[in-house]
Amino acid sequence: MSKSDLNIFLEFSAGAELLFGNIKRRQVTLNGDEKWTIRKLLKWMHANILTERPELFIQDDSVRPGILVLVNDTDWELLGELEYEIQPNDNILFISTLHGG
Amino acid sequence: MPIKCKTECGRNAVLKRPKTSDALCKECFFAAFEAEIHYTIITNKLFTKGEKVAVAASGGKDSTVLAYVLKLLNDRHDYGLQLILLSIDEGITGYRDDSLETVKKNRDDYQIPLKILSYDELYGWTMDRIVGQIGRSNNCTFCGVFRRQALDRGAKQLEVDSIATGHNADDIAETVLMNILRGDTARLRRCTDIRTGGGENTIPRVKPLKYTYEKEIVMYAHFKKLVYFSTECVFAPNAYRGHARAYLKDLERVRPSVIMDIIHSGEQLLFKDTVKKPVRGICERCGFVSSQQPCKACILLEGLNRGLPKLGIGKKSKGDRMRLKQDKELALRERANLVKNDF
Repeated sequence: MSKSDLNIFLEFSAGAELLFGNIKRRQVTLNGDEKWTIRKLLKWMHANILTERPELFIQDDSVRPGILVLVNDTDWELLGELEYEIQPNDNILFISTLHGG
Repeated sequence: MPIKCKTECGRNAVLKRPKTSDALCKECFFAAFEAEIHYTIITNKLFTKGEKVAVAASGGKDSTVLAYVLKLLNDRHDYGLQLILLSIDEGITGYRDDSLETVKKNRDDYQIPLKILSYDELYGWTMDRIVGQIGRSNNCTFCGVFRRQALDRGAKQLEVDSIATGHNADDIAETVLMNILRGDTARLRRCTDIRTGGGENTIPRVKPLKYTYEKEIVMYAHFKKLVYFSTECVFAPNAYRGHARAYLKDLERVRPSVIMDIIHSGEQLLFKDTVKKPVRGICERCGFVSSQQPCKACILLEGLNRGLPKLGIGKKSKGDRMRLKQDKELALRERANLVKNDF
């Protein structure tokens, strides 16, 4: 039993949800005793919830280029990208841009 | 320790602009995004006051943002344009029927009239039926060729002065790469043009988002909560473009300016006089722009109607042979019929 749970929200849009069981927003509970970065979260997502064609989402331990990541509606490029340390109740949004327009 | 907006407006930054690396807040990003598109429109003289402009609308992110921004800039800067959404219904169940719903929503949200033209009414064939004939290998050729002409036909029907398309900077950089990889000098020559066509008998096409990064278009749509459609076509996605796209995105990660750099390279290319230049003429069958006689759309259509769907695929000589063979067979059958009738 962990002392604390780390609850966060994961959100997918513009087609990214198709790789995750077509669920647009979900709450996930991580082990709060550990430190969670986005790098580690991506590994967890790959192992636990990435159901379709993982190569369309993950590439070289990061998200595939062209997928935008926003933490609480802020571009992850301003937050340290993979090294960002996840906080309780963070909302992490993945937007796919890899389709025609 | 949130990062502050670079403009010193006091607000927190929400994104890093790929073009400039600036950290901007939502409001300053909107202002910069819109001002740059306005600048592109003005410096390239894309429109003239009083013109009627068709916005090629697919329901996707680019055309949705284009329609929204054109409407906004038209009001803000008094361009005096009459905007109209033009959508093509290729007849692809589960794809275009859904995206057209998004376009209808754009029509209502932005108060821009909408015209939908279908392949069925233009050519007598829907993509669903074409795929039934040709299978899933060359169907994208049909779709692409027909769509290009369908926009021209729609624009003619609507009597517009120009067609605005949602091609963004990433699209154009991709196209430059693809044309280099294919050695397609004719397309390489014109693919970076912000305005194409516009001679006699042709309606010019303009690309107001030519210098706008895809990331910013997606971010803009997200922060403005614009509704767009984002499902991949149910038929084969364009594999070759997909590779060029993935390659470009990999490069962009290392060096975000690569997109502008490739566009710049494309713009500066000069061709030797010895490089063959296709002559743009008018198809003698349908009267629309073409560099060959008859145009590709007419050949593809002839193939479908003759029951020779591969007629327009591949070399012209192969198509001529197919046509000849079928004519011979038909003539033989005709003669056989005549003989029978003698009894």
